[in-house]
Amino acid sequence: MNSKGFAPMIKVENLTKDFGPKRAVDNVSFTVERGEVLGFLGPNGAGKSTTMRMITGFIPPTAGRVTIGGYDVAEQPIKAKQLLGYLPENAPSYHDMTVYGFLNFIAEIRGYTGEAKKKAVNRVVELCFLESVLHQSIDTLSKGFKHRTCLAQAILHDPPVLVLDEPTDGLDPNQKHEVRTLIREMGRNKAIIFSTHILEEVDAACTRAIIIDRGKIVANGTPDQLRKLSKYAGAVTVRLRDVPRATALARLEQIQFASHTSVLEEKEGTITLQIFPKTGGADDQLLKAVSEAVHGWRIELLKVEEGRLDEVFRSITMPDTAPVTTSRS
Amino acid sequence: MKSSALSPCQILHLSQPQEVNMKTSLRHIYTIAKRELGVYFTSPLAYVFIVIFLLLCSFFTFFVSGFFERGDASLNRSFFDWHPWFYLFLVPAAGMRLWAEERRTGTIELLLTLPITPWQAIVGKFVASWIFLGVALLLTFPIWITVNYLGNPDNGVILCGYIGSWLMAGAYLGISSLASALTRSQVVSFIISVVICLFLLLCGFPPVINMLERIAASDTWRWIVELIASFSIITHFDGFGRGVIDLRDLLYFISVIVFGLYTTGVVIRAYRAG
Repeated sequence: MNSKGFAPMIKVENLTKDFGPKRAVDNVSFTVERGEVLGFLGPNGAGKSTTMRMITGFIPPTAGRVTIGGYDVAEQPIKAKQLLGYLPENAPSYHDMTVYGFLNFIAEIRGYTGEAKKKAVNRVVELCFLESVLHQSIDTLSKGFKHRTCLAQAILHDPPVLVLDEPTDGLDPNQKHEVRTLIREMGRNKAIIFSTHILEEVDAACTRAIIIDRGKIVANGTPDQLRKLSKYAGAVTVRLRDVPRATALARLEQIQFASHTSVLEEKEGTITLQIFPKTGGADDQLLKAVSEAVHGWRIELLKVEEGRLDEVFRSITMPDTAPVTTSRS
Repeated sequence: MKSSALSPCQILHLSQPQEVNMKTSLRHIYTIAKRELGVYFTSPLAYVFIVIFLLLCSFFTFFVSGFFERGDASLNRSFFDWHPWFYLFLVPAAGMRLWAEERRTGTIELLLTLPITPWQAIVGKFVASWIFLGVALLLTFPIWITVNYLGNPDNGVILCGYIGSWLMAGAYLGISSLASALTRSQVVSFIISVVICLFLLLCGFPPVINMLERIAASDTWRWIVELIASFSIITHFDGFGRGVIDLRDLLYFISVIVFGLYTTGVVIRAYRAG
């Protein structure tokens, strides 16, 4: 049954959850392998937390199956949970305990005793920078420390699978950076899922991302693949000085690889245009053609848009809204 | 437990069908109970609780019951008879946070995603509170010393009373655990458990029984009165105070505890299922 090495560490099959008449998670399937950090994106209420709660076995799914390291979460929950570290949303912890007492409690439940317990606790105290508050009661701590205490709890037993629900929520920029670095480092030999609605985190820490909306997976791929979904991906932006609008448009619209050209901005003698590629063209064709077309004019800016995750996110999760402009001049 | 026969745990749906190692189970229960007990004694609640309980016990024993006027070296009427009434408020107060607090702060998600079964958590928490109530009860020992100093009581009967009192506290606590699992508010949990405990108390309270008997005077309805009275905490506690440990009384308290904990498990399952 447990074919380690072949089976993905996290395997989610047709997961569905109904809350009364409302379908919170709808037929979600994906896998996460060891060495992968999966970013779980979606607007609030999209079903991210519900999915994570089902993966960790906190709530039973209406339909579907989750296996952790080959163990079915519904049938062998103890075995599955032993492989799992979980940071729930809002990072709850026992506020009436000290950080040290809390981590010791978790270590004991996880089966550590004596010297091994001491070592395990010390390791996460160091990793999560908790030395200074070790003997403080958790309810006296700042949000960042509370958060890291809960994170320490999740990684205490060095689990092969980590599920982190908004691990950087409520942290200051430095702490966010630390947590992201930690996630990326741990991701080398663990299977990690973390949810976020901060898109820069996907670039900073993920090897793959899933966008979920209204309970359904709407996009699944590496951050680069997702960016390509943007209609701005591959578009060339060019800013020219002292070139009349009509002249510029006339010349640019003749480029054979371009589908259309739009004017983004016109001011103080400059004009900024964006040339969109035809689908299926090679990556650098358009840029080459544009740079040839504008040759001889005064060029202030010439660049290829990579596509932006936030725009992809918006166009996927809010298809009715006009997409944001990608000009960043 | 891979055999076709269902284990008690499976029948109760409290644990999943897999090998639940007895030793690890006990270790988990111990760890959880230890944590809970630690929380009791690091918060002022425990000390307030114990002081109030001891004050109530001494006041009612020595002043209200007229312990000294009785000239009777026993603790039955003067001491143990008050316990069902003290516990009515004190046990729900001690048990109200068990699950309500976990639900309010979200730690329930943490606790139940640890590699333990829900019933280990339920039993661990229960045991911790029960031990705490036992400690409070043991601290009434000066009353026992007093009665031994003043007279020559039957200490076997007193021991029996203590055992009964502790079992009764356990029964109240089972109910409190259930009420606590029902809500995220400790106040609501407290009120629910007081109401349920009050029912269990009143259905054996002599004035209520007398009233019921007057209403259902005919022999055909008598059995209902008896049935209601048989649910009562007071009827079952009475024997212990007289130094009689009746198997039926023992069974009654144990069943109330088991029922309370089992329904706690059911409520938590329902809560998780959403």
